[in-house]
Amino acid sequence: MATLQFKIYRYDPDKDEKPYMEEVTVEREETDRKLLDVLVKLKYKDDSIAFRRSCREGVCGSDAMNINGKNGLACLADIDDLKQPIVLRPLPGLPVIRDLIVDMTQFFKQYHSIKPYLINNDHPPERERLQSPEDREELNGLYECILCACCSATCPSFWWNPDKFVGPAGLLAAYRFIADTRDEATNERLDNLDDPYRLFRCHTIMSCVDACPKGLNPTKAIGKIKDLMVRRLI
Amino acid sequence: MVKRIVVGAHYGLTDWLAQRITALVMLVYTLILVVSLLAGPSPSQESWRALMSGSAMRFASFLCILSLCYHAWVGVRDIWMDYVQPVGIRLLMHALTLLALIGYAGWTTQILWRL
Repeated sequence: MATLQFKIYRYDPDKDEKPYMEEVTVEREETDRKLLDVLVKLKYKDDSIAFRRSCREGVCGSDAMNINGKNGLACLADIDDLKQPIVLRPLPGLPVIRDLIVDMTQFFKQYHSIKPYLINNDHPPERERLQSPEDREELNGLYECILCACCSATCPSFWWNPDKFVGPAGLLAAYRFIADTRDEATNERLDNLDDPYRLFRCHTIMSCVDACPKGLNPTKAIGKIKDLMVRRLI
Repeated sequence: MVKRIVVGAHYGLTDWLAQRITALVMLVYTLILVVSLLAGPSPSQESWRALMSGSAMRFASFLCILSLCYHAWVGVRDIWMDYVQPVGIRLLMHALTLLALIGYAGWTTQILWRL
């Protein structure tokens, strides 16, 4: 067993006047591999600490937080890779509800604004709308997004304009539907994004790519949207 | 007036494209300038004047000045859009930036063309 040092952002708006960093230690057992394992142990010790978690295997995206200054999922972060004291903060740029829990309303509002569903007004075929393997290939690297918000919450453009800039997660999803050959609303989708704020706040700093725990590349998707817009323009 | 978040100005693409094209113009101009200065005679008032007063160079200089101003306009406007939230003040900053850049473009052209 080894002792792990933590510095955790604490804030309960009902009790605390302002946020503070709390220093805590947790005994690590051999079976504790990921950060979330230890956090769950910490929760047993002090049940006032609040964080979200669900699937604990990098699929639900609930336990996104700022780990040693970088956004990531607690369930995918190897404890051995983390420098101590492990500093945990809520995702930056989003309003804190309590401790490590943030209000994701604005994030999901932007996600919904790009109409994240297939738009096809054609008569539905007998069985299903088919794609060729090549067309399906285009969706790889796009559909895997779990909406954990690690990317958008590390993007300065999203920090300054969360109400107007769609953000990397939303734009990745936008391109997922633009790239889908079964979708018929490409023009409307491009119109929806042709705006100095909604798409063009992205200045390609690639912080989103660095943060994505699923290894996706929103910057590349944003570049492809811009390419399509240019192709449509000229 | 109702307070709603309004987006959809439909001008992002052309500015984004223009910023890239103007960057290329400035890059090419810088290369031409560097090569001309390195390949030409030792730097002096006369050699500088000879280089800058040719018609082709005047054309290129003018294009570079315009490119620089347009490039700066998009960049500086982006900064105001990020950091200046009150609409009235932002409009004022936009207008001042635009007017200053137009003034600079005229002034620079006048200086370089008079050589």
